[in-house]
Amino acid sequence: MKLSRKRKMIGFGLALPFLCGFVLFYLAPFIVSIYYTFTFGNGRNIFVGFQNYISVLSSGAFQLAAYNTARFILVGVPLLILLSFLLSTLINARLKRNAAFKSVFLYPMIVPVAAVVMIFQIVFAESGLLNSLIPGVCIDWLHSEYAFGVLVLLYIWKNCGYNIILITAGLLSIPQDYYLTAELEGAGRRQKFMRITLPLMMPNLFFVLVISIVNAFRIFREAYLLAGETPHSSIYMLQHFMNNNFSNLNYQRLSVGAVLIFMVVFLMLALLFVVLRRRGDYEL
Amino acid sequence: MTLVLFSVFFLLPIIYTVSNSFMSSAEINGYYGTGSAEFHLIPDDFTLEAYKEILWDSPFYLVKFWISILLSVLIVIGQLFVSVTAGYAFAKFEFWGRDVLFFIVITVMMMPYQVTLVSNYIVLDGMGLIGTYAALVLPAVFSPFGVFLMRQMISAMPTDIIEAARLDGAGELRILWKIVLPYSKSGVTALVVLSFIDSWNMVEQPIVFLNNPYRYPLSIFLSQVSANNPGAVFACGVLAMLPVLLLFAYCKDDMIRGIRFTGLK
Repeated sequence: MKLSRKRKMIGFGLALPFLCGFVLFYLAPFIVSIYYTFTFGNGRNIFVGFQNYISVLSSGAFQLAAYNTARFILVGVPLLILLSFLLSTLINARLKRNAAFKSVFLYPMIVPVAAVVMIFQIVFAESGLLNSLIPGVCIDWLHSEYAFGVLVLLYIWKNCGYNIILITAGLLSIPQDYYLTAELEGAGRRQKFMRITLPLMMPNLFFVLVISIVNAFRIFREAYLLAGETPHSSIYMLQHFMNNNFSNLNYQRLSVGAVLIFMVVFLMLALLFVVLRRRGDYEL
Repeated sequence: MTLVLFSVFFLLPIIYTVSNSFMSSAEINGYYGTGSAEFHLIPDDFTLEAYKEILWDSPFYLVKFWISILLSVLIVIGQLFVSVTAGYAFAKFEFWGRDVLFFIVITVMMMPYQVTLVSNYIVLDGMGLIGTYAALVLPAVFSPFGVFLMRQMISAMPTDIIEAARLDGAGELRILWKIVLPYSKSGVTALVVLSFIDSWNMVEQPIVFLNNPYRYPLSIFLSQVSANNPGAVFACGVLAMLPVLLLFAYCKDDMIRGIRFTGLK
C-alpha cells in the first residue's frame, strides 16, 4: 500500500517538469484567453457577454478565412488520402523495394518549405515555366483564383509521405491468409478490396483523416511563403486573419479566434473518436 | 512504373534546387530573369560561385544558418529531457489524473497553431519575452508531441523488465537511464529527428513572436533572398536543406518507425 503510493508520487514527479511547462505555456493561458473573449478594452475587466464572438463571426475577414480553410479541407484532404492510398497499395504490391519508395515520398516533408516554394514560384509565376510550356496561356497562377489549386498541390506534395507510412503500416498488418482464403473462394480483386482491405483499414484511415485535417490547418505556412502577408483572397487562411490581429495585438479578437477554432477542431476530433469507439476497433 | 513517375515528381523540386545551385548568377538570370522562364536542370557551366557568395562573401547567410542550428538544438535537448521523463511516467506509472491529463495532451497536440500560438503569446508577453529567441524555444520544449511519441514507444515495452530491475533494487532514475532509454533508442532517435525538422522549418512562431524580420531564422529568411539576390537563392536553399537531409539519411528507419508509432493506438 505504502509502496504503491510512493510509486504514484515518483510517476507524478517524473511527469512534473513537462506538466509545469505545459500548464504554463498551453493550458493556463488558454483558460485566461477564454476569459478574455468576454471582456472589452485594454484593462480587460468590462464584461460584454458574447459581443466579441458576434463581432468576429460577422467580420468579413474571418468569414473569408473560415470559408477558405473549410474549402481547402474539403478539396485537399480527400485528394490527399486518395492519392496516398493509391501509392501505398502500389508500394505494398512490390514488397522488396517498398522501403526505398517510402523514404522518397518523405523528402518533401523534411525539407524546409521556403527552399521548395522558390521552385513553385519559378514554375507558376506569370513569366514562369508552366506558362512557357503551354503556348498561348498567360496566367498569373499565384495571384489569381488558381493560387488555391497551387496550394492544394503543395499540400499533397508535402503530406503524402507521412500518410503513406501510416497507410502501408496498416496494409502490412492485414493477414495474408484472408486474401488467400478469399481467392480460394473465388473472390476477385474488387471483392477482396471491398470486403477485406477497406473494412480492415477503416480505423487506420480514420487516423489518417484526422492527421490530414490537422495538417490542412497548417497550410498557412506554404501560403505565407508563396504569397506573403497579403495573398490573393482565395488563399486567405485563418492564420492570416490571426496574424492581422497579432500585429495590432487585439487580444480579444485573437482569443475569440482561438476559442472558435478550438471548438471546431475539438468537435471534429470528438466526432471521429466516437465513431471509432462505436465500431469498437480503437482505444486510447 | 507509376511509382517511379510519382517519385520523380516528388523529388524534382529538390533535385532542381541542388542542380541550379551550381550555376552562376549570370546563368540563372539568363534563364529565369527576363520574359519567360525555361526549364533548366543541368548547369551549362558548373561553378561554385553561389556557394562562395553565401559562405564566404556575405557572412549574413551563415549567421542565419547558425542561429537556426542553435535554436533547433536547444529545442531538441529540452524537449528530449521533458518528453522522456513524462513519457515514461505516462506509460508505466499510475498517478492521479493521468488519463485525463494524457487526453488533454493529445487534444492540444491536434490543435492548429491558430489556437496554441495565442496561448503562448499571452504568457510570453507577460514574461517580457516577445521579440527574443527564448520565445521560440520555451513553448516548443513543452510541446505535447514529444510526450505523446515517447509514451507510445515506452508503452510498447514489456513491464516485466522494469519490474525485475525494481526487485533488484534499482532506483527509478537508474531504471530510466539504464533500461528504458536503451530499450526505446529508436523512439528517442525518432523524436530527435522529428523535433529537429520541426524546429528547423518553423515559420509561424517567428512571424508572430519575433515581429522583426531581421531576426527571422533561416526558414523564413530564405523566402526573402529570392528578391534580393536571385543568384544565391538555390545555394541558400541547399544550405537550408542540408542539415535535415543529412539527419534524415542517417536516421531514416527510426524516423519511419516513429511516425508509424504515432498511428498506433
